[in-house]
Amino acid sequence: MPLVKAGQIVEDRYVRAVDDAPIPEGVPVIVPGARFLADAELVTRNAPIGVLWPNDKRVAELEPWLEDLSLIALVFPKFRDGRAYSQARLLRERYGYRCELRATGEVLRDQFQFLLRAGFDSFEVKKEADARAFAQAASRFSVFYQPSADGGVPALRCRLQAAPAARAHEAV
Amino acid sequence: MYIYDAFDRTLVAERVAEFRDQVARRLSGELTEDEFKPLRLMNGVYLQLHAYMVRISIPYGTLSSEQLRMLAHVARRYDRGYGHFTTRQNIQFHWIKLAEMPDALADLAKVGMHGMQTSGNCVRNLTTDQWAGVAPDEIEDPRIYAEVIRQHVTLHPEFSFMPRKFKIAVGASAHDRAALRIHDLALRLHRNGAGELGFEVMVGGGLGRTPFLAKTIKPFLPKRDILSYTEAVLRTYNQFGRRDNIYKARIKILVHELGAEVFAREVDTEWQSIKDGALALDSAAFAEIAGRFRYPDYARLDDSPRSFAEARRADPAFDTWVANSAANHKTPGYSIVTLSLKPEGGTPGDATADQMDAIADLADRYSFGEIRVGHEQNLVLPHVAQRDLPELWRKLDGIGVATPNVNLISDIIACPGLDYCGLANARSIPIAQQIATRFRDRNLARDLGRLHINISGCINACGHHHVGHIGILGVEKNGEEFYQITLGGKADENATLGTLIGPAVPFAQVADVVEDIAAAYVELRERPDELFIDTVKRTGVEPFRERVYATR
Repeated sequence: MPLVKAGQIVEDRYVRAVDDAPIPEGVPVIVPGARFLADAELVTRNAPIGVLWPNDKRVAELEPWLEDLSLIALVFPKFRDGRAYSQARLLRERYGYRCELRATGEVLRDQFQFLLRAGFDSFEVKKEADARAFAQAASRFSVFYQPSADGGVPALRCRLQAAPAARAHEAV
Repeated sequence: MYIYDAFDRTLVAERVAEFRDQVARRLSGELTEDEFKPLRLMNGVYLQLHAYMVRISIPYGTLSSEQLRMLAHVARRYDRGYGHFTTRQNIQFHWIKLAEMPDALADLAKVGMHGMQTSGNCVRNLTTDQWAGVAPDEIEDPRIYAEVIRQHVTLHPEFSFMPRKFKIAVGASAHDRAALRIHDLALRLHRNGAGELGFEVMVGGGLGRTPFLAKTIKPFLPKRDILSYTEAVLRTYNQFGRRDNIYKARIKILVHELGAEVFAREVDTEWQSIKDGALALDSAAFAEIAGRFRYPDYARLDDSPRSFAEARRADPAFDTWVANSAANHKTPGYSIVTLSLKPEGGTPGDATADQMDAIADLADRYSFGEIRVGHEQNLVLPHVAQRDLPELWRKLDGIGVATPNVNLISDIIACPGLDYCGLANARSIPIAQQIATRFRDRNLARDLGRLHINISGCINACGHHHVGHIGILGVEKNGEEFYQITLGGKADENATLGTLIGPAVPFAQVADVVEDIAAAYVELRERPDELFIDTVKRTGVEPFRERVYATR
């Protein structure tokens, strides 16, 4: 499954910790959320630690460790299951998480731009062809109506900046 | 009319390009039907019994004559020469080829129209009062707020894959013409004790197999908070709405299972975190959106000019039509005219390409180029000078849209049913046609007065049968079509769900049953002007049940 970061297919430097197997030393690892919560000492290890967080648990539970985590992977079990979009925005906008935020699971081409706007910056893409088409698919839309985690300026603010108070109409 | 600017046009054009690419990938086999389905659904494209259907969004039911002409063009060029106006103020074309869909959408994009979010598990087309901006009892034009929300939820990165669809309605009049309480989220503009404007927020309404009326979770929300509160509701639903069972995935089930108070607290906690952020709207923001609406430059006219009054006296047919189809406008000398798309024997809500073109021309000539679509599946010319009514009436009659049956027994709301829809268990359209034919006598229909019949071909309730004065629901029993009858439902400010009167009846008996119900009403009513719905409320359904099942 190709990994895309900054628009490029890159090698994944993280190792997934499987089940109860010992966590490998000295390499970046991604640990399941429950295992991480059971053993928060993991943050003191000498290599980057990431967590795989399920989409049915509140991300607020991770707040105490956000400074220590170098990666949070959120899950799309099916691409129609959009809970992780809310989790991503909360992590970025409410809790100020700044490190890698990875989309995993059923990650397809037609979600790329939504994912970027929700604050994801790395993508485990299901299909090779989709990964190769990332740059194109991620720039389909050049205008947005709503503020989001990517900090883009929404249409309404652009309009107001272009013509401040130029329109006189009864409102409010 | 809301006038699109470069932002709006760019977004629609980019959406067409995206969909063209998706269709190409589907046709080449790169996308499976399962992967393509949610993509096409979010462009309003359904796979129905015989063909692909596309549903085109008509935000809050307002159309320009230019847009209506384009709909006529699409009907003629890509479909079979007609379109179907829906209970959600949209239009559907039932016979478009998938390969031609991108071209049809590109044509529509030229006039700012699209199928975005008319399907799929996202925020659907915003609806409101079809008399918005012209109703005498209105506080302010609700379309301004509907447009503010429409923009915010269009291609929203967080809320495009929710548990299920999400319908929002906005109202601003004492009398609810937007069926607010059957929506997932409804906002009613009103003044609080201090005279400030704000919204009553209602959530969790919806019909389908588990009907609920929306509950008020915030009696007064200041206008500045309309987007942040909407976002808090959507975020709560997106995270906690059920995804394990499609029939329990609507927000109404979440609100019901948590209880409205717990749900409201959850929303409020979320809202407190975002209410003073980027979504707080100041007066400049509202003025920006409001300033994009163009309003007619009305002439200074007197109400009921002499020529109009004389025409009413001279021609009883004209007088009947005016009494039925023309309503008071907030501007003196003008009327709001409803065009019935319910001719005897027709399909409720259908209009031909020729009718659409003719109505567009009449709108230019008599209604400042504007047309509305109502959830009752009729069209409206919202700004007609009363002095023009005699001439307009003759022209409307000439194209078959002046049947004086608005709000009467043959003004039936019906879903497409088993004639088109893959979900349906039974036909809806032939039932509507039989009832309309049975009550073709206009004096009889007028005597029965205001009486709304709603027909759904399956439990999904697209024909809103739960809120029909008489509701008819198609079900399947051993491979045959049967129909359950409910009485006493309504969708206005006193919204009520109808009560089932007894066992379902076969297809061939539905019109007879409706006739029995009408006859029972005539006997039961206390005065000639006691409306059907008021009689049912007073007597309950029991006397109707007895009448219907006495001989069955």
